[in-house]
Amino acid sequence: MSELRFDGVTIRYGNRRRGTTAVDGVDLTVPDGAVVGLVGESGSGKSTLARAAVGLLPLTGGQILLDGQPLRHGSGPRPVQMVFQDPYSSLDPRMTIGDSIGEAVPRGTRSADRRQEVARLLELVELDPARAGAYPAQLSGGQRQRVAVARALAARPQVIVADEITSALDVSIQGTVLNLVRRLQRELGTSMLFISHNLAVVRYVASEIAVMYLGRIVEHGPTAEVLADPQHPYTRDLLAAVPESTRARSAPVTADPAPAAIAAAEPADPHAPPPGCRYHPRCPVGPLVHGDREICRTTEPTAEHRHAAACHFAPAGRPLLRVAD
Amino acid sequence: MTSPTTDSVEGAPAVPRRRSAVRARWLAVLRTPVGAGAGLLLALVLLLAVFAPLLWSDRAETFDTGSVLQGASADHWVGTDNLGRDLFYRVLVATRLSIGLALMATSIAVVIGLVLGTAPLLLGRRAGRLVTAGVNIAVAFPGLLLALFFAVVFGVGMTGAVLAIGFAGAPAFARLTHTLAAGIAERDFVAAARIAGVGRTRLLLRHVLPNIGEPLVVNATIGAGGALLAFAGLSFLGLGVQAPSYDWGRLLQDGLSGIYIHPEAALAPGVAIVVAGLAFNLFGEAVAKGIGLTATVGGGFGPAAGRSPDRVSAAPTDDGRPATDPGRAEGRPVLDVQDLSVSFPGPNGPVRPVRGVSFRIGRGEAVGVVGESGSGKSLTALAIARLVERPGVVDAGRLEFMGTDVLAGSDRSHRRLLGTAFAMVFQDPMTSFNPTRRIGRQLAEVAEQHQGMNRRQAFGRAVDRLRSVRVPAAERRAHQYPHEFSGGMRQRAMIGMGLMGEPSLIVADEPTTALDVTVQRQVLDLLESVRAADDVALLLISHDVAVVGQVCDRVLVMYAGRVVEDLPAAELRTGARHPYTRALVATVPDMHVDLDQPLPTIPGRPVDPASQPPGCAYAPRCPLASARCVEEDPALADDGAGRRVACWHAGEIGTDTDVPGAAPVALTSGERA
Repeated sequence: MSELRFDGVTIRYGNRRRGTTAVDGVDLTVPDGAVVGLVGESGSGKSTLARAAVGLLPLTGGQILLDGQPLRHGSGPRPVQMVFQDPYSSLDPRMTIGDSIGEAVPRGTRSADRRQEVARLLELVELDPARAGAYPAQLSGGQRQRVAVARALAARPQVIVADEITSALDVSIQGTVLNLVRRLQRELGTSMLFISHNLAVVRYVASEIAVMYLGRIVEHGPTAEVLADPQHPYTRDLLAAVPESTRARSAPVTADPAPAAIAAAEPADPHAPPPGCRYHPRCPVGPLVHGDREICRTTEPTAEHRHAAACHFAPAGRPLLRVAD
Repeated sequence: MTSPTTDSVEGAPAVPRRRSAVRARWLAVLRTPVGAGAGLLLALVLLLAVFAPLLWSDRAETFDTGSVLQGASADHWVGTDNLGRDLFYRVLVATRLSIGLALMATSIAVVIGLVLGTAPLLLGRRAGRLVTAGVNIAVAFPGLLLALFFAVVFGVGMTGAVLAIGFAGAPAFARLTHTLAAGIAERDFVAAARIAGVGRTRLLLRHVLPNIGEPLVVNATIGAGGALLAFAGLSFLGLGVQAPSYDWGRLLQDGLSGIYIHPEAALAPGVAIVVAGLAFNLFGEAVAKGIGLTATVGGGFGPAAGRSPDRVSAAPTDDGRPATDPGRAEGRPVLDVQDLSVSFPGPNGPVRPVRGVSFRIGRGEAVGVVGESGSGKSLTALAIARLVERPGVVDAGRLEFMGTDVLAGSDRSHRRLLGTAFAMVFQDPMTSFNPTRRIGRQLAEVAEQHQGMNRRQAFGRAVDRLRSVRVPAAERRAHQYPHEFSGGMRQRAMIGMGLMGEPSLIVADEPTTALDVTVQRQVLDLLESVRAADDVALLLISHDVAVVGQVCDRVLVMYAGRVVEDLPAAELRTGARHPYTRALVATVPDMHVDLDQPLPTIPGRPVDPASQPPGCAYAPRCPLASARCVEEDPALADDGAGRRVACWHAGEIGTDTDVPGAAPVALTSGERA
């Protein structure tokens, strides 16, 4: 397994005059053998980034590096493989699962070896190898998703991109797939970019978390630190929004107009991102609440903060060094 | 963790079953009256094409100068031509040429169409676009015009006509192929194959063509009918088959000259053309109706098995179903449901995805319903709202809303009550508004219909209600269309629509599932404040235990169409007594779940509503299951303190558990809370 690095990656849809910049200058590294969780709301560009990593979308700017080498998509299985969100559409309904997996095994493998490899992979994802002749329609959602993981592994990838792989599954099945992801990471040292909108799921599988908002990474750091001590206000909002059955009933609406405006704010439109900091129209520490923070409206914040948080008013970066000063 | 052995229980005979399923679908087509008729007709036409020239060529070619241009007689059923040849046999013998040429032309159209239609997939983006544009231009010309044009280009005669009709039919087929292939090419499995390094040609042959095969075959059949007519037309105009060969078009032309003297000579080939054309077209249509719609892309195997009434083997008739206690609710309940069941007809007797659900909701109470997909929770909500459509049948011992029995009497008499005192919020706010009408007007309609307001008053109330659900700039947004609203805003507008009357109950079916977490929070907060402000009861259906736990007072846990536990929401993690509730709670990772432990899972699959076991439906997956559980279905029993549970082993903690740490996890996270 290897390291996957996004270096200033920009992806635009449409033409120059009427287009959308779905991903805007993203720097992100998936270290060798680590699972990096990518969270953010719909329209933040998570899936676009994933599809670019496997070569389904062309880059507008920047580059994607695999172990320092620019990623090339020649013939044969690609070095970065992907598991899709919906296991009901990511497997060909007319193909047996054995054929689907076998198809991804690198060419030049003898058919007996190929069969053996398929059996080994099915076993690896905890499915009975005898079921290689089954069609996807005969499998449950969780089983299909495990077949999809086996297919990704069959191509002997260096990195796997998992795009919302549990969100189409029932909660009772979700666990089997998450357990599998953790076991693969532990046993095979799989490097993985794990995309999810569910923070609890990401927390469970990822060692690092990157938070994406409107095409930018706004915070990135070790999972435990980001969750325990979020620096960016958007990360804090995301954490606060996680439903917790143990939390007390939500507070009544305040009379204060500023927080109410934030509570009512609509998610920003990716087609027309706001200038300056992209989060400022919803930000609880931004110009809506603090009138003097005009800088948020005009200037894009850098990520020179703890956990690389891109916020003008996040605590400054590398606090230990500053204490030493 | 599910073991391979548990997985392999179902669906062992893999390949044969699928093949026979395909065959069964084709057979089903032949069993419909139209399908059977068209199939028979087509078989007859094809048989004639093969055997007629062998059997009757002599008779059709025999000159009989003694009887030239005769009318119908006992010897010559439709008369003779100007050389005294028997026209009846000539029409029969001409079947081969007519059908053969039509099929040849169709094959040319299909082959060229396939090549042109799939070329954009094989070529790069730019070349593909060029091909598509060319096809689009060609489609714009009428087929017969193209055929005439090509007939002139290729010269008069059989070959020319075949090529002309083949080329003329190609653009339409190319366009169809292109559209179907593009639909498949967008799907994830094609993307996955590309990532796996599958080449373009193989992608086309292995993934795209098999998935568009059936509609293409159907359309080729219909196309053959068209080609037959076109060919007859060309021959009739003298551009097709030339003497001494003859096809139906040629015979028609010959016969037409004497149509006033003996019309049979023209009618017979005409009838043959119509019959053969009908045979192809009807057969194609019948097949398309039978399989084309369902089999094109093989989708729709979604997990919501509970709702599809056609997946049936044997429906149980559990008349000995234990009576259930409806549970408690303080004061007069807003909603009182007893023994609610919903059934759909199936080939082997009715299927009942909801089987005897009983509960009450008190004034201002928030009740959550949780369960896996297929547990019947959404169907329960629809049944309460009287929204279960035929052929679904709703039955209940009692279904009272605000003291009115909504089961008895006509829909009309309840419409006003349900329209004003009852609100429903659906999962997908995009589909619950009419996209062509402004939001404000759609809200206002409720007040005009049920409260007798005039247009202006109603619109004023709509704006007021939008404001109350905290839609910013309500006045302006009321004039906007649904697509101008974001998902969260649309869901607020939907709740606002429910508040146009004065609801005593809001039923929300997965209201936040399609929304982002931050927006989900806003919508849940809104529901909560609406409930607090007007003392509105809430029935919240969700697959997310955490959401329900956060919003509701009480939770109903559903499994296989029944309520298996009814408990206070605060006790979900600590006080659950049904093993299913415990397992369900434990499988949801929250922000405190132990990272060193594997996540608990529930082994096996939910039961198929078509084959409910006689005992407890959860028994096959339950770590506590005993012999009694398999035989007897436990009743939903009240413990005297308002909690209800349907389990023979309620409250026991399993020793040999398949759900690793289900109970312990539930307890530890509870302690932390």
